[in-house]
Amino acid sequence: MAQNSGQNDGDMAQFHAMFFDEAAEHLERMEALLLELDIERADSEQLNAIFRAAHSIKGGAGTFGFRDIADLTHEMETVFDRIRKGEMPLSPELVNAFLTSGDMLKALLAHSRGDGDAVAAEEVDALCARLRAFLEDGSGTASAAQRHALELIFGPFDARFSSKDVDAALSDLADFGVMQELPQDPPKKGGRKKAVERRFRILTEVSQSDMVDALGFMLPTDKVKVNALEPGAGSAGAQLVSGGAGDAGETQADGAESFGLFVDAATLPANRAAAAKGAQDAAAGAPAKAGVTPLRRDAKPATGAGASADAASIRVSVQKVDQLINLVGELVITQAMLAQTASTADPVLYETLFNGLAQLQRNSRDLQEAAMSIRMLPMSFVFSRFPRVVHDVAAKLGKEVELRTVGEGTELDKGLIERNTDPLTHLVRNSLDHGLESPDEREAAGKPRKGAITLRAYHQGGAIVIEVSDDGRGLSREKILAKARERGMAVSDGMSDAEVWALIFEAGFSTAEQVTDVSGRGVGMDVVRRNIQEMGGRVEIESAAGIGSRISIKLPLTLAILDGMSVRVGGDVFIIPLGYISESLQPTADAIKSLAGGQHVVAVRGDYLPVLSLAQAFNARAEVERYEQGILVILESEGAKTALFVDGLVGQHQVVIKSLETNYRKVAGVSGATIMGDGRVAMILDVAHLVGLANSRLGKAA
Amino acid sequence: MASITVLAVDDSASMRSMVSFTLKGAGYQVVEAVDGQDGLDKARDRRVDLVLTDQNMPRMDGLTLIRSLRGTPGYQGVPILMLTTESSQEMKAKGKAAGATGWLVKPFDPKQLVSVVRKVVG
Repeated sequence: MAQNSGQNDGDMAQFHAMFFDEAAEHLERMEALLLELDIERADSEQLNAIFRAAHSIKGGAGTFGFRDIADLTHEMETVFDRIRKGEMPLSPELVNAFLTSGDMLKALLAHSRGDGDAVAAEEVDALCARLRAFLEDGSGTASAAQRHALELIFGPFDARFSSKDVDAALSDLADFGVMQELPQDPPKKGGRKKAVERRFRILTEVSQSDMVDALGFMLPTDKVKVNALEPGAGSAGAQLVSGGAGDAGETQADGAESFGLFVDAATLPANRAAAAKGAQDAAAGAPAKAGVTPLRRDAKPATGAGASADAASIRVSVQKVDQLINLVGELVITQAMLAQTASTADPVLYETLFNGLAQLQRNSRDLQEAAMSIRMLPMSFVFSRFPRVVHDVAAKLGKEVELRTVGEGTELDKGLIERNTDPLTHLVRNSLDHGLESPDEREAAGKPRKGAITLRAYHQGGAIVIEVSDDGRGLSREKILAKARERGMAVSDGMSDAEVWALIFEAGFSTAEQVTDVSGRGVGMDVVRRNIQEMGGRVEIESAAGIGSRISIKLPLTLAILDGMSVRVGGDVFIIPLGYISESLQPTADAIKSLAGGQHVVAVRGDYLPVLSLAQAFNARAEVERYEQGILVILESEGAKTALFVDGLVGQHQVVIKSLETNYRKVAGVSGATIMGDGRVAMILDVAHLVGLANSRLGKAA
Repeated sequence: MASITVLAVDDSASMRSMVSFTLKGAGYQVVEAVDGQDGLDKARDRRVDLVLTDQNMPRMDGLTLIRSLRGTPGYQGVPILMLTTESSQEMKAKGKAAGATGWLVKPFDPKQLVSVVRKVVG
């Protein structure tokens, strides 16, 4: 494509970002459709959509000068055009070639964006050749028109003739094929070099007569001669002529002229306007077209209309959104403090004030929800990559798998979405590798040959639950216990299933007989659990032998606020994230038992749970000395339980989380802090840490 | 020159922006539409002097838009150019049958676009 001046390059660059985004969307759609295709009976709508996606990318790539992308998408488009017309059959090899092409296009786009390494030209060429090969293998319909060589002779021009028109013609011709300038005939002996003739050889699909017509647009017809040439003739010693900006590349496959009219040029407004110039000037702006009924008066300025079509969304930087949410958080804290202060006042006397404060609370909550929702994205952002992962990994492992997704519209904070991708990928790979049996094994077990992996997301209370489940062989209790004993871990046969499954989260734990390159190195599950915990969430496993497994990840909806239960120890208030609380109870003296080593346990419905005194854990002074005077809050984290002993419960609140680490430093047992309504700081407990602490102490004592 | 309004119809935002930018730079007014239906609505809402339309678009493609415009009062004589990467004889014939004034093949150079528009509407 000819770019004639430096001015254009800079101007065009402002549209590149838009093109990259559009191309990325088209690629996503194309990949999703390719994976959905039923090869035996492909849906024609899907085929058309795939064709259109490649076609659209090609259009933009050509326009904005991304030659490599245009070339590759051109090949893809050609192949898919045949397929959608039924001229060529679809095959798994073809689908894979397209998936690979999509990957390469992503790489090419990334490089053009400045985001990645260059792709070797040989790789692109090889992939193009691979796609073209399908055209030859396919049904024998003739491929694109043959290219032939034409000789173009421009001139003779006398000295007056401006070379600009010739240059313009040359740049247009570059679109028709590959041009070479041929050396001029040496001037005849004694002849003056007055009359200048230029000769070119062009390799093109345009027919000779079409070429004559096309050149007629560009140069006076008496100055143009087109001769047919044998391919290769005249190419020796010739110089390559580039059409502009070093672009001497591919022709348009159908080799047509770049512009043409169906009507007589004389009827065009430009020419009629020139003829009736006087009348044109008089009529203020209205084109002088006979018999045209004036439409409704032009109400809106034309420039505004373009913007409105695209005003459906705005791009905002993440920092701006975070700052907004932070400020809203501060507002909520201030409002809570006001409410607290006012609570001591006489509501009757200050009725208007109280009404105002209630209104303020509603407004703040609404504002907070609205601000949070800006950062919320649907789970489809995470789920969308999995059809491809499942397709590739299943193929590699020789398994037949169907991926189902439920609840893709469930929303989650953008920051959490990004952090969920790796853990989920690991879990899905685990299911594919270890959970699902081979098709033969499944058939022998009376199951359908195709295994199912389900990704499900839903809201539960103030949290989001993401489940990865499979209908495979399930976890083996025996194998896990054996492996644990092998590694010297303290286990007993009396452990509940949940506790046994939780063992696989220990570092280095893997019961896979062979380490496949997909998973099984044993470094995954502990990292998964840690990632989830760092997000303030928890992971739980359910499994049944021969039936399948389900791993549930529970996460707070957002990192910024928390539903918590506040508890009192001495003069301090601590917040416990609600998600970890099973129940709270007031113990009777005889329910508490002492163990050697000073540990206490409490009997709750037959189970003995370790008791952790919050006062002791944080060196706070408890008001209450005897267990039966205080409250036990039963906490559960990763299958383990603890009874947390506190003076009393204060209440349930939604609090704005402030980071202790950024304002002070990291403190063990504390995951954050908040400012209560009375202006004092309350620590948010890191329940996972505390439960771990209590249970390990118990392990030592027992 | 009194303002000449061009309606640019293309489902690609980058293409629309490029056409808009280029033609405005050459002194034309530009109205953008995101697909055939949007183009038809916008053409009915105001007078335009030239329509540039892509072929492959959702909701309503270029050929259908051209036919609909030719059936719209006031648009029998307005020049309509098809912008398309498909430049086959078949597509040209369809365009002609639908009532297009001419065609312009993508990718095109911005200068080329301006010169073509000038040739058509001045």
